[in-house]
Amino acid sequence: MPWHRKDLLDLQSLSAEEILTVLDTAREFKAVGQRPIKKVPPLLGKTVVNLFVEPSTRTRISFELAAKRLSADVINFTAEASSLRKGETLKDTARNLEALRVDFIILRHSAAGAAHFLARVLAAHVINAGDGAHEHPTQGLLDLFTIREKLGRIAGLKVTILGDILYSRVARSNIWGLQKLGAQVTLCGPPTLVPRAFESLGCRVVHDLEEGIREADVINLLRIQHERQRRNAFPGLGEYTSLFGLTRQRLTELRPGALIMHPGPINRGVEVDSDVADGEWSVILEQVTNGLAVRMAVLYLLNGARAVAAAPA
Amino acid sequence: MSPSPRSARGPATPGAVSPGPPQGKATKVLLSAAEVQRAVTRLAREIARAHRTGGELVLVGIQTGGVHLARQLAAQLGRLWPGHVTVGQLDIAMHRDDLDRRLAPPVHPTTVPVDIADKVVVLVDDVLSTGRTVRAALDALHDLGRPRAVHLAVLVERPHRALPIRPDFVGKRVRTAPGDRVEVQLNGEDGLGAVLLIRGGAS
Repeated sequence: MPWHRKDLLDLQSLSAEEILTVLDTAREFKAVGQRPIKKVPPLLGKTVVNLFVEPSTRTRISFELAAKRLSADVINFTAEASSLRKGETLKDTARNLEALRVDFIILRHSAAGAAHFLARVLAAHVINAGDGAHEHPTQGLLDLFTIREKLGRIAGLKVTILGDILYSRVARSNIWGLQKLGAQVTLCGPPTLVPRAFESLGCRVVHDLEEGIREADVINLLRIQHERQRRNAFPGLGEYTSLFGLTRQRLTELRPGALIMHPGPINRGVEVDSDVADGEWSVILEQVTNGLAVRMAVLYLLNGARAVAAAPA
Repeated sequence: MSPSPRSARGPATPGAVSPGPPQGKATKVLLSAAEVQRAVTRLAREIARAHRTGGELVLVGIQTGGVHLARQLAAQLGRLWPGHVTVGQLDIAMHRDDLDRRLAPPVHPTTVPVDIADKVVVLVDDVLSTGRTVRAALDALHDLGRPRAVHLAVLVERPHRALPIRPDFVGKRVRTAPGDRVEVQLNGEDGLGAVLLIRGGAS
C-alpha cells in the first residue's frame, strides 16, 4: 500500500499494512546492500540531520550510512558539541536547522514525546530514533524484519522479550509491532523491571526464566542498562545474571530453530553469555545488517509523503 | 501533471489479472491476445537475427510490465537461437526522476542472475511512451555493471517521447493521445493477454 506519513514517530500508531509496507520495501534495499555498488539515488540533493541529544553510536551510524546509501547529505549533531549545551531549546535548535532547509531530522532524545513535538512544529520529516522509555520504532521494525526473514512469518509466533522492560523503548516498539502482526508476546524478567501492569497491553508477564523461554520461537534480549537502572531494581548484576542471564545450559529447554536477538550493545556475561551471543541461535549481527535496510526503506518512503503534503490542495 | 511512465501504462501486478478498464471511458482493443502472441514471436525472431553470431544475451524485463514479456521472449529465443539466454528483472523505482512529485512508488525485486559486464543486454518493456522509464532503467542497469551494449525491445511503441530514446525492436507502433492509457492485460502467471487503449485513462 502507498505510504502517506510525513514522519515515523512510533509503531503504536501504524497499521499492520503500513508496517508490512516498510518490511517489504526494506527487503529490496537489503538487496542493494549486497551489490558491488551499494548506493542508489532516490534522496539525491536531500539533507539529513542526525540530531542526537542523547548518546548513541550504532543507531547514529546506521542512519548515517542509510542516508548516504540513498545519496543524501548527512550532518551529525550531538548535544555535547552544540548550542543545546548553552541552553537553546530543542525547538529553537530544530527551527535553526530547518532554516538551513534540511529535509529530514532524525532525533534521539531522553524525553518521551520529543519527536512527536518536533514533527508538529516542523515541515521537515522527523524520524524518532528513540525518545526516553517511549519508543524506538526503527529498532522495532528491524526486529520484525529479522524475525520474518528468518522464520518466514510473524503471525502466530511466540516471542519472549527478556530483561529490562520497564525502561525500554525497544520493548515498547516491539510489543506494538509484534502484536499488530499477530505474534504472542511474553515479557520476562524480575518484577521490578517487568511489572504486571504490562498485562494491560495484552502481553503475558512471567517472572521465571525457564517458564518465559520454554515455548518461545524468538527470545529478544534487552540490555541491562546499568547506567540508567535505579539502584533498587535488583540487588546487583550478579543476582540478575544468576536468575535471568541466558547461558547455554539454560537453552537446553529452547525450541529447535528458535532465534536469539539483542538490540546491542551486549553486556557479555550479564544478560547473555558469549557462547550464546555468538552461537547458532544468534541473529544479532544480522539485526545490524537489517537495521540499515529498514532505515533506508523508512527514509525512502517518508521522502514521497512530503511532496504530496506540500502540494497545494 | 508531469508525464509519468508508470501511470501512463496502468498498474500491473506480477501474477495478477489486470483489472478491467474503468467504466465510462472509451476503450479500444489495440492488439488481441493472439496478435500479442504473434508480435512476441516476431520480436524474438528479430532479436535472434540481430544477434546472429550467438554468444551470450541477457534479457532484462523492467518491473513490472516488462518482466512477463522478457520471460516469454526468453522462452522463444531458447528455441530459435543458438546462443545462451539469461533472463532477469530490473526495478526502476529508486531511479525515477519524479520522486519529489509523488508518493514513494513500491520497490520490486531486481534480480539479474549473471554479471552483465561486457555482455549484450536487451532491456524489455511492455509499453514505451515518454522514455522516462527507460532512462531510469539505464541508470539502474549501470549500478549492476557495464554491458557491452544495451538494446531496447518493447511490445507497444507510443509517440510522446520526452527524451532521446528509441527502441531497437518493436511489436507494434500505435497512435495515441498523451492522456490515453495503454494497458497490457495479463493472463495468469506469465501469459500476456490483449492490449487495450483507454481514451483519457491516464488522468
